[in-house]
Amino acid sequence: MGKEFIHLSHISKSFDNDLILDDLDLVIKENEFMTLLGPSGCGKTTTLRILGGFETPDKGQVFFDGADITMLPPNERKLNTVFQKYALFTHMTIAENIAFGLKISKKSKAYIDDKIKYALKLVNLDGFENRTVDSLSGGQQQRIAIARAIVNEPKLLLLDEPLGALDLKLRQDMQYELIRLKEELGITFVYVTHDQEEALTMSDKIVVMNQGYIQQIGSPEDIYNEPINAFVADFIGESNIIDGIMIKDELVEILGVKIPCVDTGFHLNQPVDVVIRPEDVELVDPSAGFMEGDVVSIIFKGVHYEIEVHANGYDWLVHTTKMFPVGTHVGIHVIPFNIQIMNKPESNDEKAVEINE
Amino acid sequence: MNRFKREFLTGPYIVWIIGFIVLPILMIVYYGVTDSSNSFTLANIIAIAEPIHMKALLLSLKLALVCTVICLLLSYPLAMILNSMKFKHQNFIVFIFVLPMWMNFMLRILAWQLLLSNNGILNTVLETLHLPQFQFLNTPSAVVFGMVYDFLPFMILPLYNSMSKISADVIDAARDLGANQLQVFIKIIMPLTISGVLSGIIMVFVPALTSFVISNLLGGGKVLLIGNVIEQEFMQNMDWHMGSGLSIVLMIFVIASMAFMNSHNKDGEGTAVW
Repeated sequence: MGKEFIHLSHISKSFDNDLILDDLDLVIKENEFMTLLGPSGCGKTTTLRILGGFETPDKGQVFFDGADITMLPPNERKLNTVFQKYALFTHMTIAENIAFGLKISKKSKAYIDDKIKYALKLVNLDGFENRTVDSLSGGQQQRIAIARAIVNEPKLLLLDEPLGALDLKLRQDMQYELIRLKEELGITFVYVTHDQEEALTMSDKIVVMNQGYIQQIGSPEDIYNEPINAFVADFIGESNIIDGIMIKDELVEILGVKIPCVDTGFHLNQPVDVVIRPEDVELVDPSAGFMEGDVVSIIFKGVHYEIEVHANGYDWLVHTTKMFPVGTHVGIHVIPFNIQIMNKPESNDEKAVEINE
Repeated sequence: MNRFKREFLTGPYIVWIIGFIVLPILMIVYYGVTDSSNSFTLANIIAIAEPIHMKALLLSLKLALVCTVICLLLSYPLAMILNSMKFKHQNFIVFIFVLPMWMNFMLRILAWQLLLSNNGILNTVLETLHLPQFQFLNTPSAVVFGMVYDFLPFMILPLYNSMSKISADVIDAARDLGANQLQVFIKIIMPLTISGVLSGIIMVFVPALTSFVISNLLGGGKVLLIGNVIEQEFMQNMDWHMGSGLSIVLMIFVIASMAFMNSHNKDGEGTAVW
């Protein structure tokens, strides 16, 4: 994983006066599995379509291996795309679908036949050459779409929510297949999804986007453990996000209670967002916590119980393996290390972090 | 009991089919193979080989073919333009194209007769502009013009219908795999619209082949189509036997052309597409 491969430089794009991307700058390295993650309308698909050549940015440039490809049509770009709804050619057999790109680039028949065999083996669908598109299940169609893209030996594979239409079990299987494929092919993947779990499972690097702005770029661990703002924290997994005031270094006030934390460097009495993951909230004896409350609801989730505790006017979300019946009076405790303090959005850019549900 | 009730509901439809489709056809077949003394003969059918009948049939086939080709050439780009338009305008434009279909077609042809006649509006305008007059009416071209005008929507609709079913992703995918605009058209758009093309061809060719009103009004009796010949046998010569015999021949052509098109229509999409 090394050198800079793709550079999206200061890209802006709007549709009908609706600003979708605002001065987006993104570098993708060679052989990276990069995921663009965000809610619908955050600009992730538009970013992918600009990479694919289906949209032209209003401002900015796209560099591919150092060359400016901003104005290059899709058919002249050395990359391939896997579409959300497969987009197979229904009037062709599976073999003809896979051969489409190779025939256009005028490869020999022997080469094409070899490639079809190889690609079908790679996606575990040997012997499907003469089947029709209609006779395949959704998961099989998506694998053919992937095969059709990779036979052209692209240096970059774009995937636009390719697993969105599949059911949960199939989606998980396909996630492992994609990781395996990426390792076997050794090419760069850019993957678009709104599913945080998918992003965390597969990516080398995640780009969290909202309303046309990049919120955070980092490894899955970074993004989950050290979210940079309340939006990222909320989007990647569940969180308790509470308004707080920084009393001094390593002391923050939330819901009328002063609690110790590990963050320093904020102004005195600065308003902040306090983010606490539900699995980090401990339910203890009422006297042992920094706050007291009552269990409002409890749902069994398999691995853990999801409990809601009403305390000091806030409904805390708690994940715990212990059972607390509704109505139990409990204390809430969080160790200082698990309390994340974040700046409130101030600048124009950061406005996009506000969470719109 | 339920089964009986359901079949009972199809009753009116069966009466309709028998009364208005099966019986008339049987009557035509009966008249077609008998003579005025009600004895069996094939003379009425063989009569198609008479030079005047054969000439009319060949002219009908030729004009219907020309009309179909012109409709196809006009409709295909038009349907593509319609399909590429933004959604909110799309339905309105389709509505505009289909609108004339809701007016009596004889009225529309009569209007063209007035517009195109030698003392009509077109020539009056040309005269006032001191331009040469335009002798268009009463020629085969005028008949084809009328046919194209009348039957164009029947070509546009199935084409537009089959085109609008092609998802934008499929076009993008072909572009992504290296196809340029022309290759996308030849390898993707054309094969995926073939059923629409075949439907459109049937829906234009068959009525064009059998039409006689358009040739009456715009051909001025100088363009004799097989439809006109049959009409004259029935209405002027009162020879129902000859008229029926020639009708059977025409029906064979119609059925043959439909069977040919359907055998090439792999998608099995019906001809009634809207």
